Amino acid sequence: MENITLTIDGQKVEAKKGMTVLEAAQAANIYIPTLCHHPDLEPYGGCRLCVVEIENTRGLPASCVTPATDGMVVRTCTPAVDAERRTALELLLSTHPFDCLVCDRRKVNRRCTPYDVCLRSVAVTDRCVTCPANERCELQAVVDRLGMKSCRLPRVTRPYPIDSSNPFFEIDHNRCILCARCTRTCNELTGIGAIEMAYRGFSMKVSTFGDKPLFESICKSCGECMAHCPVGAMSPKDAVWPEKEVKTTCPYCGVGCQMLLGVKDNKVVQIRGERENNVNKGGLCVKGRFGVVEFVGHTDRLTKPLVKQDDGFAETTWDSALEEIANKLSRYKPDEVAVISSAKCTNEDNYVLQKFARAALGTHNIDHCARL
Amino acid sequence: MTNSIGDITDAACILAIGTNTTEAHPIIGWRVRKAARHGTKLIIANPREIGLVRESTLWLRHRPGTDVALLMGMCRVIVEEGLFDKEFINERCENFDALKESLKNYDLDTVEKITGIPREKIAEAARIYATSRPAAIFYAMGITQHSHGTDNVFAVANLAMLTGNIGKPGAGVNPLRGQNNVQGACDMGALPNVYSGYQAIPDPAVKKKFETAWNCTLSDKPGMTVIDIFEAARKGKIKAIFCMGENPVLTEAQAKHAEEALEKLELLVVQDTFLTETARFAHYVLPGASFAEKDGTFTNTERRVQRVRKAIEPVGDSRPDWLIICQLAQKMGKKGFDFNDPSQIIEEIARLTPSYGGITYERLEKGGLQWPCPTTEHPGTSILHVATFTRGKGKFMPVEYRVSKELPDAEYPLILTTGRSLFQYHTGTMTRKVRGLNAFLGEEKVEINPQDAATLGITDGEAVRVVSRRGVVNAKAKVTDVSPVGVVYMTFHFAESPTNQLTNPALDPVSKIPEFKVCAVRVEKASTPAKKEKVAAKHR
Repeated sequence: MENITLTIDGQKVEAKKGMTVLEAAQAANIYIPTLCHHPDLEPYGGCRLCVVEIENTRGLPASCVTPATDGMVVRTCTPAVDAERRTALELLLSTHPFDCLVCDRRKVNRRCTPYDVCLRSVAVTDRCVTCPANERCELQAVVDRLGMKSCRLPRVTRPYPIDSSNPFFEIDHNRCILCARCTRTCNELTGIGAIEMAYRGFSMKVSTFGDKPLFESICKSCGECMAHCPVGAMSPKDAVWPEKEVKTTCPYCGVGCQMLLGVKDNKVVQIRGERENNVNKGGLCVKGRFGVVEFVGHTDRLTKPLVKQDDGFAETTWDSALEEIANKLSRYKPDEVAVISSAKCTNEDNYVLQKFARAALGTHNIDHCARL
Repeated sequence: MTNSIGDITDAACILAIGTNTTEAHPIIGWRVRKAARHGTKLIIANPREIGLVRESTLWLRHRPGTDVALLMGMCRVIVEEGLFDKEFINERCENFDALKESLKNYDLDTVEKITGIPREKIAEAARIYATSRPAAIFYAMGITQHSHGTDNVFAVANLAMLTGNIGKPGAGVNPLRGQNNVQGACDMGALPNVYSGYQAIPDPAVKKKFETAWNCTLSDKPGMTVIDIFEAARKGKIKAIFCMGENPVLTEAQAKHAEEALEKLELLVVQDTFLTETARFAHYVLPGASFAEKDGTFTNTERRVQRVRKAIEPVGDSRPDWLIICQLAQKMGKKGFDFNDPSQIIEEIARLTPSYGGITYERLEKGGLQWPCPTTEHPGTSILHVATFTRGKGKFMPVEYRVSKELPDAEYPLILTTGRSLFQYHTGTMTRKVRGLNAFLGEEKVEINPQDAATLGITDGEAVRVVSRRGVVNAKAKVTDVSPVGVVYMTFHFAESPTNQLTNPALDPVSKIPEFKVCAVRVEKASTPAKKEKVAAKHR
């Protein structure tokens, strides 16, 4: 693709033709704040935080919807840009809990614990410790970056009930900043279209058809909307933040989505899609995102070898179970034994088992459920 | 898949036949949907009104089991109207004249009668598919799970070769594999007739290679398929079965036979993560570690080998499956099972399997690799058959339409077809442990067309009994237009409604796949007394 050169904040920047000004800046590691933009989605131009000054261009265009052109001269932080951004941000903050943004206890090491008295005179539900996105909130990050310390506008709440009809995640409209990432994700990425921006002006909200609870809509519960939410408006119901993440492959269908298993205390607690691959590019369906944690840690998991006795199964040790099975298996002729392998197990498991059937038991009677 | 998932959006036309993609392969379903919205012409061939129908340019609602007629009808239109790729056929294919000859039987009058699709629609589908290049075909078990599944696949391949849609980006013949590692299990030789990498059992050179590598003598007689294994066990010929991570009690066609077989065994060892319906029959149950607790690789539907990484320690005393088998082999005094780590196993796989020759864990750190990947320098193969087919030239296969083995009659007037739901998985061993998924679909729903429901006096949500020549299953009715008139649909996720006790074990002669997609049933209100059947009701 054709390369172009533009100047951003006095720096010569190489970009590919077709990129927006925002993409060109991001590619060159130049920060422009944004909340509605997401690389998975079409440019939207909704939050007005990414405004910039461009020479010979009237007004302050939103960089996320402005195509970069050769020779363009862009300035990302002039007083006019800053003033416009702050106003846009203040308007966002006027309908979002914002005390967390200016509280000094938010700083590392000074975090409130659940029983601390909040320094701010805010409602219990607005406290930062009650927000699932606290410290991983893109709005907080933008406020920090711009150094906002106060908001001139009074806080106005839109008292919406929380939609917790979905078994896996909930929607708290009171934290929503109307960036429409969720609705665009549901339309552009998954093509399901279960949610849309509904109503006008101050009443605008994310809604299903007929404003029904999410569970009663056509939603397929993939949770992609939640994964793309920049704030805490959509969050998993059982949010446990992992200590580490391990990249692996989804155990369900044959697509082979790459996922990150979030681990805490030797338990899988959360799952995210992994973005750097050509298979799912970060996307996961309902089973991959929400259908793994519970079965892996289920109390019905087999934990001990079992041997059948007259009155049912009894626990036994590995040594005696393997010893007895080995003895019994050795008694049969190759034609009298068969091995069933598994389309759920790894290549290594399958390889070892077919080798076992062929080399140890002497039979080619090995198959699995490929046909079923 | 001959092509890759990344290719999907490059296709100018997608023919999706016998796949409910958005339910069974959701992420690929999203891609197909996205492609359709960006101008790819989408042709859906499915008796059921699946999710993708909403996005389709054309929906061919053919009768279950009539795919051969439909596909060969399309081939005929393409040949008659001269829309085929002459150059590709001349250079890359053979047996074209025989195909042309066989198409004589597929005039659109006949095809319309067999499939129930108006002839104009068949012709339109053929024209769209042939004139939009590249065009990709996607299919799943809706093509293969028939007593003539192999013919279906031949017909699909004929259509793709006829239009030169092989070996190019955005084209291809793309079967979607159902399970996370069904591709890998086949690649590894967990099949009765081949070693890893599809190296044939009877081939003396192959036999010698593995005998040398494994330091043992090997049989040159191919083994039995799972269906034959259960039949032999029922007759007492197979006396011991070692079963790892499978649940045949729910997955076998005419599943009651599988139960009878398991009851007869002198020794059944089941290795699994949960006490499955099959494990209940076992003499020994060994606790296997889940995918989150072990290292290894899965191979996905586009032949991409990807890492599985250990995230947590095995639960309780459970152990990784490969380790259990190695320990058992060592207890039996067998050599060659002293693997300490899966990385040593993949080394042996690479050494003995040409298509996996270049695959190492080190390389997989940088992302998955698509086989064939013969050497450590090879980048992997995203598109198959680019310059030549595996056998040299692509051979057109004249195929004859054969009716499904069991068709509706007065006693069993409806066709039963089966499939998967987005919210459950296979026999539910994993998904049914997840409360949220059960909230979406927690029990079997028999999908039945409103017209059939009205005739039978069945209302939505009512308890019904589905009866075939092989069994009786209870479930609730879901009255919906998704099912065409005369066809009911069930999943096989629920042990309480074991659908496969109804299905027909008639096999495809080549692939040995049972005919899950078509059998004859009748549906009755559960409140009416059951007729005396030749088959007993659920026996335990």
